[in-house]
Amino acid sequence: MAFLDLLGFAVGALRGHRLRTALSVAGVAIGITAVLALTALGEGARRYIVDEFATLGSNLVIILPGKVETTGGVPFGGVTHDLTLEDHAALARLGRLRCAAPIAVATETLRFRDLGRSAPILGTTADYQEIRRLRLAAGSFLPSGDPERSGTEIVLGTKVAQELFRGENPLGQVVRVGPDRFRVVGVLAPRGLSMLGFDLDEAAFIPVRTAMRLFNRTSLFRIVAEVRIFAEMDQAKAEVLTLLKNRHRAEDVTVYTQDAMLASFSAILRVLTLSLAGIASVSLVVAGVGIMNVMLVSVTERRAEIGLLKALGAPAPRILLAFLAEAVILAALGGAAGLAAGGAGVGLLALAYPDFPVAIPLWAVGAAVTLSFLVGVGFGVWPARRATQLDPIAALARR
Amino acid sequence: MIELQGVWRTYPVGEGVVHALRDVSLTIAPGEHVALIGPSGSGKSTLLHILGCLDRPSQGRYCFEGRDVVALPEAERSLLRRTRIGFVFQFFHLLPRLTAQGNVELPMLFGGVPREERKARAAQALASVGLLPRAGHRPDQLSGGERQRVAIARAVVMNPAVVLADEPTGNLDRASAQDVMGVLEAMNRQGLTLVVVTHDPLLAARAKRVVHLADGVLADAPAGEA
Ligand SMILES: Nc1ncnc2c1ncn2[C@@H]1O[C@H](COP(=O)(O)OP(=O)(O)O)[C@@H](O)[C@H]1O
Ligand SMILES: [Mg+2]
Repeated sequence: MAFLDLLGFAVGALRGHRLRTALSVAGVAIGITAVLALTALGEGARRYIVDEFATLGSNLVIILPGKVETTGGVPFGGVTHDLTLEDHAALARLGRLRCAAPIAVATETLRFRDLGRSAPILGTTADYQEIRRLRLAAGSFLPSGDPERSGTEIVLGTKVAQELFRGENPLGQVVRVGPDRFRVVGVLAPRGLSMLGFDLDEAAFIPVRTAMRLFNRTSLFRIVAEVRIFAEMDQAKAEVLTLLKNRHRAEDVTVYTQDAMLASFSAILRVLTLSLAGIASVSLVVAGVGIMNVMLVSVTERRAEIGLLKALGAPAPRILLAFLAEAVILAALGGAAGLAAGGAGVGLLALAYPDFPVAIPLWAVGAAVTLSFLVGVGFGVWPARRATQLDPIAALARR
Repeated sequence: MIELQGVWRTYPVGEGVVHALRDVSLTIAPGEHVALIGPSGSGKSTLLHILGCLDRPSQGRYCFEGRDVVALPEAERSLLRRTRIGFVFQFFHLLPRLTAQGNVELPMLFGGVPREERKARAAQALASVGLLPRAGHRPDQLSGGERQRVAIARAVVMNPAVVLADEPTGNLDRASAQDVMGVLEAMNRQGLTLVVVTHDPLLAARAKRVVHLADGVLADAPAGEA
């Protein structure tokens, strides 16, 4: 009852000073909007970069046969075991790896009718598409299934397809490699250099078992695998090493993560995260100062009112409560307006630039709402509290 | 009912002190009408603030209705101001956004009086100052005299034992001043204790008792002598 009366008094005070109320609400709203918009932009930039790196394959582990001594000199003693499809099968079962693709490679001549073209041919599996994030211009990639299966499908890089088929539709056509005949099932979209040094546009892909027979190889060229969680890179690498050491009873493989790139990638991410935090705190401070000013002016302007209430014998806690109610109403109105404006602004931005992944991070919403309340209530009540401690005679005195 | 004994009020100013009140002793009985006169700066407001529990003496005793109120905690003094003492200021001090009715309800609102009772009592108080027809008007729609009468209604709405008025007519023309004093005197006749600070010897002459302040020193003066 008494509280409702105070609330009514607070609402009356807000309505009685429309301009000041509007300014306060706008101050809070602008602050919240700024926080949301800036963090959404920062978060968008971060996501954009993360996505770019993800398509480059930042989570890759690459396994090569043979021990590379970083200290220099030739591998010391021992036999180097082949890296086999059985090794690949064992690796594929490791929980930390999302998927693993075996690779056998050789340069061979591809023939279609009387045209020939020399190209690196990769024997691999369907997983390679996912690991390298390959997109197809037509058809599909190699069929998924048992890597031991000897299929006769072939997928062509975009340049190979252009040069062999010269505008004809390659899908369903038969291409010869030496004595073997392959049926074209897909053509890659243009891509460019892969990090392994192949120009994927110039390569062709066939099932790995077929490739090993065709190239007359007993060992895989490499196995590439993708780690599920970026942060578990090191553990994944260690697991791969242990597994292969046990299988081969020797340390005869090299496991290679894209260390230099990964290091700079982490550094970039860290800088981005830091600058995001910086942007957010700057906008929080700006918003806070804006809210604070309006609140301070508002309460200072009303010293006389508080002095009068005190002189009339209003208990200090109730005066404070009335001001608290005012501040909470202001902060809530401003917060709601700011959330709406920020959300709408970011929504518009997303509509205008669909490729840029802007999004308001949840923590920014939380921080913004908390801020509007803390600052609104803090700077509404703190001066009011000081005013209630004021000598009513001084507060009422004409200046 | 009001009993001051050896009250001093000093303000530190720079290195030294200003004695606003020097050894003031004053007794006021219930139902009295006292006029407080004296030149500007003689300590009239200071004395009234002490009587109204808005200020405390630097030294001396103040008993209000038999209670020593100097040492009371702020919450108790605030309760006294709310329920036993009405204050009327020279500059009215009405809240401009509230109607006359709203301004009169203010002490009851913060005193936790229920809404319906608030309305009834405010209307009654406004009627007693002859302003019931103006209850819905805001201060800027009222004349100075009417504003001061609203302030008086606010001062008496809690049924105080005493009303303290600090130059209530200082900002009014003679006719309005007559109205305002008339309202206060009518209340005094019904038993309300009244202490009025004034500059105007004619107004002071209407009081049964005139108290004279000069340079912080108090002297009872017979009516009409000021
Ligand atoms: N807050 C204060 N600080 C310093 N001096 C003050 C203060 N309030 C009043 N005084 C001094 O006390 C004296 C009495 O003031 P006041 O009671 O306002 O006089 P009056 O109301 O009779 O004009 C004056 O000399 C005034 O300057
Ligand atoms: Mg004065």
